[in-house]
Amino acid sequence: MLEIKDLHATVAGKEILKGLTLTVRPGEVHAIMGPNGAGKSTLSSVLTGHPAYTVTSGSINFYGQDLLAMPPEDRARAGVFMSFQYPVEIPGVSMVNFMRAAVNEHRKYRGEEPISASEFLKLMRAKKDLLQLDNKLANRSVNEGFSGGEKKRNEIFQMAMLEPKLSILDETDSGLDIDALRVVANGVNTLKSKDNASIVITHYQRLLDYIVPDFVHVLYNGRIVKTGPKELALELEEKGYDWIKQEFGE
Amino acid sequence: MKQQYIDVYADNRDLIKANSAPCLNIIRDAAAEAFKITGFPTHKDEAYLYCPTLQYLATDYGLNLKQIEPKVSEKELFHCSVPGINSVVVAMVNDQMRAISETLPDGVVVCSLKDACERYPEEVENCFNSLASKHADAMTHFNNMLAQNGFFVYVKKNTQLEQPLQIVRMLDATIEMMTVAHNLVYVADNAQAKLLLCDHNRKGSKVFHDTLTEVVVAPHARLELYELESTSETTISHSQLFVTQAEGSEMLLNQLTLSNGITHRHTVVDLDGDHANLWLGGMVLNDRQQKTENYTEINHNASYCNCKELFKYILDEEAEGAFSGRIIVGDGTKQTEAYQTNRNLCLTNTAKMHAKPQLEIYADDVKCGHGATTGQLDETALFYMQARGIGKEEARMLLMLAFVADVIDKITVEPLRDRLRMMTEKRLRGEGVKCNNCSLC
Repeated sequence: MLEIKDLHATVAGKEILKGLTLTVRPGEVHAIMGPNGAGKSTLSSVLTGHPAYTVTSGSINFYGQDLLAMPPEDRARAGVFMSFQYPVEIPGVSMVNFMRAAVNEHRKYRGEEPISASEFLKLMRAKKDLLQLDNKLANRSVNEGFSGGEKKRNEIFQMAMLEPKLSILDETDSGLDIDALRVVANGVNTLKSKDNASIVITHYQRLLDYIVPDFVHVLYNGRIVKTGPKELALELEEKGYDWIKQEFGE
Repeated sequence: MKQQYIDVYADNRDLIKANSAPCLNIIRDAAAEAFKITGFPTHKDEAYLYCPTLQYLATDYGLNLKQIEPKVSEKELFHCSVPGINSVVVAMVNDQMRAISETLPDGVVVCSLKDACERYPEEVENCFNSLASKHADAMTHFNNMLAQNGFFVYVKKNTQLEQPLQIVRMLDATIEMMTVAHNLVYVADNAQAKLLLCDHNRKGSKVFHDTLTEVVVAPHARLELYELESTSETTISHSQLFVTQAEGSEMLLNQLTLSNGITHRHTVVDLDGDHANLWLGGMVLNDRQQKTENYTEINHNASYCNCKELFKYILDEEAEGAFSGRIIVGDGTKQTEAYQTNRNLCLTNTAKMHAKPQLEIYADDVKCGHGATTGQLDETALFYMQARGIGKEEARMLLMLAFVADVIDKITVEPLRDRLRMMTEKRLRGEGVKCNNCSLC
């Protein structure tokens, strides 16, 4: 579904990704780990089309489409979803209006009619329960006044509403206590199917106890330097990143 | 420019008086004398620092001194009602009252100021010129010199009026014209009313619209006043609104500019009785070369009063906005609460905003705060919405609607609130604010 080839990207003139290659197939869970500054967040930003990042060479193919040629909204509509590390507060825009706009834009992209009000509320209720979000969610402004845990649960709630083909979880575990982590992981696992895939970006192995990856990649200095099975995460947890730095450092 | 109006008055004094409300004639000569001394205000006057309407006074406007009725059918005017609002619609053309859609509810009087002088001399006497004289400036003198008529709204003691009153003012002229009106609103003791003032202009009419409105809110009365401006580039609107609130009274004053040409609003509210309560706010949606200024002044002259002020501007293209908000907490008043917020969005590099929040506190026992911000749409929020599949234009729309939502949400009349949301959205999408099938605007 996703093929990233020799990707180079810069932010503010500084090259962060330096030849990243990664292939993701339906049904797979890929974990991307690495030390601070390795380029993890840059990868997720480039995948979703953040305007601050510039791709200087390489390609990203998503189901046969050139992802880099698409504006952020079309990438989302085509099925790419990112759970933000820092979800944005949007005062005055209610969750219900925000989600209805998003769901309807996805439907329009697929050539479907807008969802009816009652169907939408039913859908929202069902997905909200999955993430144990409170009943007042619909009328609250997007992320405004949400606790750290609520914000992350809200990200997965949006993922549940939009049913993406590829979800990128960018440091979704940061700032979560163990209970919230379980709720979030449970949400992600429930949504998992043989047709969709996830890229889990994380510092720590902890999240991977709950969301079990098929592959673990080590991102260092803008490239994937090592790929292994889920046990690689345990090894990294135990030994830290220093040995990676020594082995692959300049 | 001052001289041409002094001459007009000197040459036509009798004609003006013959076609005017008698109460206006009483103060006219003194006003003319005062205007001779002051002339028009200039940008050196604090309250007129940015005033965008002044330069247009130089135009040689026609005045309808004989008060000839312009031709427009009532049916066309009643078209301006809001669907589902079930309001009593009062149709005005320029400064003249033309028709009322149905029998007025009990306890409510709506008529021209001229008629009111005959039918309700006592009420007129009580309210007329009490506020205008107190706060008179050069533009007040000018208005008092030339105003011939206006509307009179009187809500009698203890009347609880649920049905909104809607005054539709159609500005209509075949030549470049100036209309000068003096209006009076009196909400008597313990009465309640909702008044909607809608300004429109006939397509292509070039009008300088000068109004002075005095509003008296008696003890324990409650008034909601919505001023809705949806005119076009050819309209210059200069208004002065003076309000007094007595003990225990409540007022909600919402000034909404959807579309206009050049507008200056000068609003002064005196909280004269203890425990009076005021919400004063507004929104301005301007683009192209449109300009809107709100000068507001809230005088806390009594104790235990509170006011909240909220003005929001969205300025696109080369639009220019100004907000000047004075809140004056008088010496010796107790337990005042006063908060002022002004937030503005400039969507382009060429849009301009001037903001001047001013709190003057001469008492000790107060809770006050103010804030003013001017900026752009939040880029991180835009990207977040795009990342959820919402197109950039749609995302901008949602953010802009959210930006003004707290002003629109203050409207308690639900059909009007829905209508305003819809019209705001249409306006922000660049579709204009003309209603379906309107043959006038």
